[in-house]
Amino acid sequence: MLQKMRKYQFLFEELVKRDFKKKYKRTVLGMFWSVLSPLLMLLVMSLVFTQFFGRSTPHYTIYLFCGQLVFSYFTDATNSGMSSLMDNSAVFSKINVPKYMFLLSKNVSSFINFCLTLVVFFVFVAIDGIPFRWTFLLLLYPIGCLVVFNIGMGLILSALFMIFKDIQYLYTVVTQVIMYFSAIFYNIEAFALHIRYLFYLNPIFVYIRYFRKIVIDNDIPEPSFHLLCAFYALAVLLIGGFIYKKYNYKFFVLCMRWHRNDN
Amino acid sequence: MIIEAHDVSIRYILGDFKDIGVKEYVLRRIKRNYQVREFWAVDGVSFSLERGDMLGIIGSNGAGKSTLLKAVTGIMVPTKGWVKVNGTIAALLELASGFDGDLTVRENTYLRGALLGYTRKFMNEKYEEIIDFSGLQEFQDRPFKQLSSGMKSRLAFSIACLVKPDILILDEVLSVGDGAFRKKSEEKMMEIIHGGATTILVSHLLEQVRSMCNKVLWLDHGKQIAFGETQELCDRYEEFLKKKR
Repeated sequence: MLQKMRKYQFLFEELVKRDFKKKYKRTVLGMFWSVLSPLLMLLVMSLVFTQFFGRSTPHYTIYLFCGQLVFSYFTDATNSGMSSLMDNSAVFSKINVPKYMFLLSKNVSSFINFCLTLVVFFVFVAIDGIPFRWTFLLLLYPIGCLVVFNIGMGLILSALFMIFKDIQYLYTVVTQVIMYFSAIFYNIEAFALHIRYLFYLNPIFVYIRYFRKIVIDNDIPEPSFHLLCAFYALAVLLIGGFIYKKYNYKFFVLCMRWHRNDN
Repeated sequence: MIIEAHDVSIRYILGDFKDIGVKEYVLRRIKRNYQVREFWAVDGVSFSLERGDMLGIIGSNGAGKSTLLKAVTGIMVPTKGWVKVNGTIAALLELASGFDGDLTVRENTYLRGALLGYTRKFMNEKYEEIIDFSGLQEFQDRPFKQLSSGMKSRLAFSIACLVKPDILILDEVLSVGDGAFRKKSEEKMMEIIHGGATTILVSHLLEQVRSMCNKVLWLDHGKQIAFGETQELCDRYEEFLKKKR
């Protein structure tokens, strides 16, 4: 494993460099924009929703930001992951190279983006008068889970995208649904207790919840909550890994037929 | 043994699965009129090559020649059978594609090197040589999309061939680019071939196969017609072509 990693380190670095350059198109505003766009979204949401939900939720801007931070990383990583195989099909149909590298490098770009937004998040936390506590270090746990979760989703989606071209549009609908069930701008306290439990079926909600517990509630989640976080991440990674293994060499056949059709 | 292929068979799936979306797929599955056909692009091919051998693969279009090459390079895994390869491969298949138009020539060179499994150290050492050989010194920091297609294949050839591969795979190319580079690339290939590399050449030019190859594999519709001595097989193949007409 370690030997393999060393062997592909150079390739990995070059791919990350490429994806990064392409994403920001060598512009100064490029990188700035990718942090700015979730912030603008946050601004709009806080302008609109503070009136409705702000009064019952303390630190409402931070509450929103937690949701926006996790959710935008999730959509960014999975959407770019979805197209990672298709975009590189011209390469791996001619050169024998491990295909998961393309997905991983796309995920690195999204993760860097997330980290930049995270820095801004902590600036907001400080401005809002929330003291920094050692428990903030625990946030590394849900972040780790989220990285694994996103890679797993990327494995599933990129494989599906090779087979079904319209999965892109369906996935947009799915992310919309996930967004509304992630309690990004509202508080689930408004629901009856037995309905609240249903929210825990949504992994994104669980990760957002972890952030809020640590930052806003100054509360360390229970061990069972930690297990749930890990369960979602590993389950999705396992399914993704299985699909990838099964279709690894079939992708090639699929894309090759398309290239022939194109000619 | 440098390359050993045993009963290699590769199956493609044709039919409804492509160009229909998820919705259509689910509908057809429910209505039970989802159909896929199977098709063996390569069917039971066996051959083995020693060091220094040069194999010519002959056969009409759609005989499965290119697909067989993809199994040898490891891009595809055979549905049945296996291919064993000892050594590094340089495959010159549809070279110019797979580059990234937005990156510069330099960045693309490093990326392609990385994709081919070279190390960074090796690329640092060889970069100048690659650029010199391809004659693209003035284009190093230009975006790749500004290059002509001839320049693209020149660069691709230079990157692929500046290693000393144990195995060289040629799909209908024995030279790349225009005038002067044609000669240079051909010389380079001959240097690799005569340097003891095992070579596989797919060609429609029987004269070329006759003069260069010491072994021939004849494929027809995926099936192996014969594997053996060059002159004898080429004669049989010529006769076969005459009869067809």
